[in-house]
Amino acid sequence: MMDLRPASPVTGTCSGLLYQGNDWNFEILRDCYDAVADIAERELGLTTYPNRLEIITSEQMLDVYTAHGMPLGYRHWSLGKRFIAHENAYRRGMMGLAYEVVINSDPCISYLMEENSATMQTLVIAHAAFGHNHFFHNNRLFREWTNASEILDYLEFARGYIHQCEERHGIAAVERILDAAHALQGQGVHRHSGSRRLDLRAEQQRAQARRLHEEATFNDLWRTVPVDEEQQPDTTLNDPMRRRLGLPEENLLYFLEKHAPLLAPWEREVIRIVRMIAQYFYPQPQLKMMNEGCATWVHDYIMRRLHENGRIDDASYLEAIHSTSNVITQPDFDAGGGPSFNPYALGFAMMGDIARICTSPTAEDRAWFPEIAGNDRPIETLKHAWAEFRDESFILQYLSPAVMRRFRMFRIHDDTAAPYLLVDAIHDDAGYRDIRRTVAQNHDPANMNAEIEITGANMHTDRMLTLEHRTTRGHQFHADDARRTLQYMADLWGYGVQLLERDADDGTVLATYEATGRGGVRRG
Amino acid sequence: MDIIDRRSNPHGKNIENRRRVIERARDAVQKSVREAIAHGSIQETGHDRSVTVPADALHEPSFHRVFSGGSRHFILTGNKEFCRGDKLQRPPAGGQGGGGTGEGNPSDAGEGEDSFRFVLSREEFLDLFLDDLELPDLVKRELSTTETTAPMRAGLSNEGSPSQLDLSRTMRRSIARRIGLRRPRPDEMVQVEQRIEALEAQRPLSAHDLDELHQLREQRTTMQRRLARIAWVDPVDLRYRRHAVVPQPVTRAVMFCLMDVSGSMTERMKDLAKQFFALLHVFLERRYRTLDIVFVRHAERAEEVDENTFFHDPSTGGTLVSSALELMADIQKKRYPVQSWNIYAAQVSDGDNLPSDMARACGILTGDILPNVQYFAYIEVSASGAVIRGQTDLWRAYHDISTHVPHLAVRRVTERKDIFPVFRDLFSQQPERENA
Repeated sequence: MMDLRPASPVTGTCSGLLYQGNDWNFEILRDCYDAVADIAERELGLTTYPNRLEIITSEQMLDVYTAHGMPLGYRHWSLGKRFIAHENAYRRGMMGLAYEVVINSDPCISYLMEENSATMQTLVIAHAAFGHNHFFHNNRLFREWTNASEILDYLEFARGYIHQCEERHGIAAVERILDAAHALQGQGVHRHSGSRRLDLRAEQQRAQARRLHEEATFNDLWRTVPVDEEQQPDTTLNDPMRRRLGLPEENLLYFLEKHAPLLAPWEREVIRIVRMIAQYFYPQPQLKMMNEGCATWVHDYIMRRLHENGRIDDASYLEAIHSTSNVITQPDFDAGGGPSFNPYALGFAMMGDIARICTSPTAEDRAWFPEIAGNDRPIETLKHAWAEFRDESFILQYLSPAVMRRFRMFRIHDDTAAPYLLVDAIHDDAGYRDIRRTVAQNHDPANMNAEIEITGANMHTDRMLTLEHRTTRGHQFHADDARRTLQYMADLWGYGVQLLERDADDGTVLATYEATGRGGVRRG
Repeated sequence: MDIIDRRSNPHGKNIENRRRVIERARDAVQKSVREAIAHGSIQETGHDRSVTVPADALHEPSFHRVFSGGSRHFILTGNKEFCRGDKLQRPPAGGQGGGGTGEGNPSDAGEGEDSFRFVLSREEFLDLFLDDLELPDLVKRELSTTETTAPMRAGLSNEGSPSQLDLSRTMRRSIARRIGLRRPRPDEMVQVEQRIEALEAQRPLSAHDLDELHQLREQRTTMQRRLARIAWVDPVDLRYRRHAVVPQPVTRAVMFCLMDVSGSMTERMKDLAKQFFALLHVFLERRYRTLDIVFVRHAERAEEVDENTFFHDPSTGGTLVSSALELMADIQKKRYPVQSWNIYAAQVSDGDNLPSDMARACGILTGDILPNVQYFAYIEVSASGAVIRGQTDLWRAYHDISTHVPHLAVRRVTERKDIFPVFRDLFSQQPERENA
């Protein structure tokens, strides 16, 4: 399609080209935003947090990367390490920087790189400020688990608090706690507490009140009160000690914060901070594929519509298509594609496929998706999916044979007992369901994070803590890492800790690790 | 929607975090830095250098599974030829399929890198490199020479420049004065005005109210008069921070670098000598701000040269060590009196000297130089042949002297890799903790 109209000057009028060429300025940016917002809101009906666009340099982008997009964070060497790693990769040309980073906050902050061309800025506004933003704003998991309006305040508090602790107790003392808490942060989230949403602002106030209360009510006399030495240890499930400790407990950081005997109040607070931030990030990996798929589909739609409306010229549209097809590449297995999917590729393919099923279904689609096939409401259908699912359930619900065929998926059964790998399902009628189940499983958070429970605490004798990792199909921990992490656990707990890896099916113990308060760790 | 231009915001949010990484991996980084020096040339220290530390020093462990046993399923894309039931050769470990963890995304699995490489700036590099080295015996602290002065806080004064105004003190005095002189507060004034207005609006006015109105009006005039007379901030309130210029004592030191450039010094030996001095130069430049360095080179004749000539200009000739020592003693007497300077010297030579010159050289050394210097280091660079020849004349002579003069140190360097251990040996703060 050729655009035959004379090139109109750069203006903010409602029609005509938004810009020409690569250069942008703040006026163009604003016009582009308005044009994108118009389509996003009127045609797609997206609902978003208010947007804030921040223009940054590539150097600042590296900082943003380091902090997972968060505009502020406390100081710790692990961030420095991440920064150096990114910097090296970038300097050696091994990594291109993202065009944007967006964070789940209210207002929703999108970082745009200054090097982006005008087309790229438009595209990333559509992608981040509308696609991701809508997803953050509507998805059930984000709504339940994270409190977008308060995360920035909480980070500010965390940074200040940790800085204060460093001044009072020394960097080394704070680092001891942070190192250990970071190692355990994968096990520092409440996974199953339903729809209890984090109230970070109240959290912050509570922390302060708690400290004041402890200072005000401190009475050294309590230390001298004689304790009942006659208590008999009771190892049954009804052990009152066990109940008081809330065992079994899967949130290791929570348990340590509440029950570790030797920690100072500020140390508990630091653990709490790490735990809160881990909890905030907890939904993200479970929604990565949908989130990217949603944002990519939205920007693709909006760029197409802008082009159809004559707001961007052919060159810009081609640039946008080029960029989109770059991110949605899924290399074949023999071209370096690993066992995990490019979330952009799978997400975008599935979103496009759902829209297709809604508007022009085949007989197969009608058989597989009777509820949505041919309903002719692609946008509503997608929006419903974006709001109500997470990656795993979304795949189980919507991964269609058409997409499986397109990627030419096949399933491999890898059993270390067998000398070969077995192809046990391919993209045919017999294999679709198997493949779909496995793709979903590989996106299941239960498969991503190891689940560990504290099952026992021998409070009457040596305070030995028992952790259990229930696993299936012989999957075990990375032994060296497990040993070191357990040592961190023991450091915080202050006494011995043991970890059993147990097969969930027959209960056999596969491995045992043990760590003492400060000693070495051995594997049994 | 807001657009915020953050480009001019301060960069380098992660400088502190980066510093902590280096601190954390300090031992590993230091080892790496010292290896880099041992293999490379010190001249390269002018640039940023990349060092590699084993990843272990910065490892962040976590509980995570790796697929090492048992069974799993995974999905691959791009099937071209496989049918259900095909059996595939297991790819070698680390290859596709077997290598990934099959769970999480690849970047999670990529944590287990073998080593961690990063670029240190020149500053950081030298800091780590020269950490724990000190110029020995900087004892004669010369306090009489005061080259620099620094402003120090010296109480308060009631005059000064506006930038030095101590606002909180000024306002404290202003409040005290306003209370003391009973300057009406603005809200009192407003209250009175409001009451007057209310009374004025009230009709009919009772006698009692009329009285009150009169009183209030009177009060208002008094208040207005007071307000006009008593200033909010009066010149008598003003307090300025006063600074006095205090002389800063400076410790001054001078380092003499003596080098043999005679014909017997091969290029390789000169190179070793230059390496040693370059190292010394970097070290001194960093440790001591007010440090003079005198470069003296000699063949049959000694001359004082500038840094560039010293390091880069070729020269040749016979050998007369005494000439250099004489020149050094001379320069020291003229320009660096013992009373006000700490004096250090380092001499590098291949150990050759005209036999007839030895007595004279030793005489100058023991008579004119050693009594005046804090430390004298003699480094002998020897070709491999020197082993056969045994001890050189100069070595023997200096070694004899060093047995009863503790601040004369003699060391030998044969290869480039020796330079750094010897250097550390000379300047370690704790000589017993050698790092050879």
